Amino acid sequence: MMRSLTISPDKCTGCLQCEMACSYENEGVFNPVKSRIKVFVFEQEGRHVPYTCTQCADAWCQNACPTEAIQINAQTGAKEVNEGLCVGCKVCTIACPFGTVNYNQATGKVIKCDLCGGDPACAKACPTQAITYQDANWTGYDKMRSWADKTNTQATAQA
Amino acid sequence: MGWHKKVLRVNLTTGSCTPEPLNMEWAAEYLGQRGLATKYLLEEIDPKVDPLSPDNKMIFATGPLTGTAASTSARYSVITKGALTNAIACSNSGGYFGAELKFAGWDMIIFEGKAASPVYLHISDDHAELLPADDLWGKSVWETDEILHQRHQDPRLRISAIGVSGEKGVLYACIVNDLHRAAGRSGVGTVMGSKNLKAIAVRGTQGVQVKDPVRFMQAVGEKKQVLADNAVTGQGLPTYGTQVLMNVINEVGALPTNNARDVQFEGASNISGEAMHEPRGSENKPNLVTNQACFGCTIACGRISRVDKEHYTVKNRPEYWNASGGLEYEAAWSLGADTGVDDLDALTFANFVCNEQGYDPITFGATIAAAMELYEMGLITDEETGGIPLKFGSAEALTKMAELVGKAEGFGKTLGMGSKRLCEKYGHPELSMSVKGQEFPAYDPRGIQGMGLTYATSNRGACHLRSYTVASEILGIPEKTDPLATEGKAGLVKAFQDATAAVDSTGLCLFTTFAWSLDDFQPQVDAACEGEWTLERLSELGERIWNMERQFNMAAGFTGKDDTLPKRLRKEAAKTGPAKGKVNGLKVMLPEYYQLRGWDEKGVPTAETLQRLGL
Ligand code: SF4
Repeated sequence: MMRSLTISPDKCTGCLQCEMACSYENEGVFNPVKSRIKVFVFEQEGRHVPYTCTQCADAWCQNACPTEAIQINAQTGAKEVNEGLCVGCKVCTIACPFGTVNYNQATGKVIKCDLCGGDPACAKACPTQAITYQDANWTGYDKMRSWADKTNTQATAQA
Repeated sequence: MGWHKKVLRVNLTTGSCTPEPLNMEWAAEYLGQRGLATKYLLEEIDPKVDPLSPDNKMIFATGPLTGTAASTSARYSVITKGALTNAIACSNSGGYFGAELKFAGWDMIIFEGKAASPVYLHISDDHAELLPADDLWGKSVWETDEILHQRHQDPRLRISAIGVSGEKGVLYACIVNDLHRAAGRSGVGTVMGSKNLKAIAVRGTQGVQVKDPVRFMQAVGEKKQVLADNAVTGQGLPTYGTQVLMNVINEVGALPTNNARDVQFEGASNISGEAMHEPRGSENKPNLVTNQACFGCTIACGRISRVDKEHYTVKNRPEYWNASGGLEYEAAWSLGADTGVDDLDALTFANFVCNEQGYDPITFGATIAAAMELYEMGLITDEETGGIPLKFGSAEALTKMAELVGKAEGFGKTLGMGSKRLCEKYGHPELSMSVKGQEFPAYDPRGIQGMGLTYATSNRGACHLRSYTVASEILGIPEKTDPLATEGKAGLVKAFQDATAAVDSTGLCLFTTFAWSLDDFQPQVDAACEGEWTLERLSELGERIWNMERQFNMAAGFTGKDDTLPKRLRKEAAKTGPAKGKVNGLKVMLPEYYQLRGWDEKGVPTAETLQRLGL
């Protein structure tokens, strides 16, 4: 079963545990600057919105890359950057409509979310389930269920 | 590890910013933040110094766990000699600023001297420089934040600043970071203002490393789960914030009301955490917009609120229509119960103004409550207040005075002195609800006896965050004690004081202690920091810090005589509730406390005690 990172901004508190988990997992350091997931705080409205790569099926970044450095992990479906092939031309950062591929000055390569090989650290670190890792075919399940619950219909079926 | 082992020394007189190595011998004895910075201060200044003179220093200090993945790793403290108290001051704040300072590669900033004209400090990793702030002087915290974000074109710049009250010498000005998180008490912002330092803007990209990352992450994960499973840190605080206490403390008859003449407030439920969830006002929406975490925090007790657009305080003033830091329990009490005001939106507005102009709502609320009593006695006149009747229960008086204190204008200047100086001025020092010059917060020691000893012996003046015995006496954490009994409280207070001093030196938040004991900190500290950090070492550290702060105060001129409480708490019995007929039994608890501390009957640490603690 392929799974997807699912984000519910309404549950996010802005704690940045996800950013630290990501930077630790990928760079071995607690440093939000190096996180592939970013949480945006819209202070005046009290909103916190985590944002990262959605792993497009037909991925702009992958299509744009001239060296075929962005490859699909067959197991997770993640678009992963092969550092050996990446030449740091940044075309993918331009191609991505969402801005979730970024250049890393320290290495001269790009970085993006790779789903941690199928066990995303951000989802594990999140204390409020604002980030979950769910069946890719059913990312809307929880939302559907909560709307279904709101219909408030009385059970009438008789045994 | 945990530490960067780097201190930034900023001499405001000469304008120099100089890196220096962190004294690791001291770090081994005092860990970080509260403990370590107090050690630096004690070594570097004469405790008799005038807090507002250039000879006073001011230290912004993180802990070794600040900026790590440990839950609540947001904390930093400002350590200086307090403008309000003339005692050791150590004010702790969350938000994002402290972690950012750590990410920039610094454990501490030591400010010394005084700038010739207003400046702010800009830090971008290793690069630190003082820049002119003439155009920021006279601006609020919120305006300063906006201008600096625009100027440096960096949305992730984290800013800590003072408002107009701090510039103009309001004695309980605080330092506000991330718009509504504050190093709040004892006038640390007043000290910053006296140095002509408007703000610190920091951006860090270096991150933080720990000694044994695998063991650290393991411990951090387990301890996060403990917080999630606990009823207070997992449910009560995220849902209601600290305001979960308003109705509880009112019920037990320990909610100081009308300048602590009463211990229960009729309007308590109107200003409670529950009330913040109730739809109200012109749009039928609740006051509370959401809860918010500080950096790294998995509890998320912070409140983000809105004032109703049609409320008299903000009608036609759209600058106050946005969501911002809402009421915490202490502020809801001081601005509300203590002044007899039960208008939730008025309190929220006053709290916004405290953040906007940077001053402490606890001292402000308690000062206006004292002023209301003096007004009632006919000692403060309408002429002085600019025609505003300072009546208990008047929301208008509260919110107007909040704005005047913010700008230190009109009667706001007089209120800006704090209640001790105010009540002395009007010939009734006994009406100031303060200890060592600092007003006590939201727990009446007649209804919660341990808090009397807590206030009387707190090194930074009356404070709940030095030994929060409410946890035991009311909430039963770690075990229930009788709030009306004095027996055993000396030991309880000592144990809480020592543990708290250790926690305040880690970089983590004291609120974790509803679920964690030092046993839970120990594996995290030990995995992060060089050396071996045992439980014994952490407990001894706390006791050492407590005694060191005491030494600072004694050298500053305080004596055992200052370990006291306002007469009202000792002589006027509670009129209602479970504590009816009770006064605080400080005189029974204090001698026992001195003895347990290893201090003589005058409250002076004995040579033996000092030696045992390596002081
Ligand atoms: S860990 Fe979860 S709650 Fe915290 S910032 Fe990330 S998404 Fe939001």
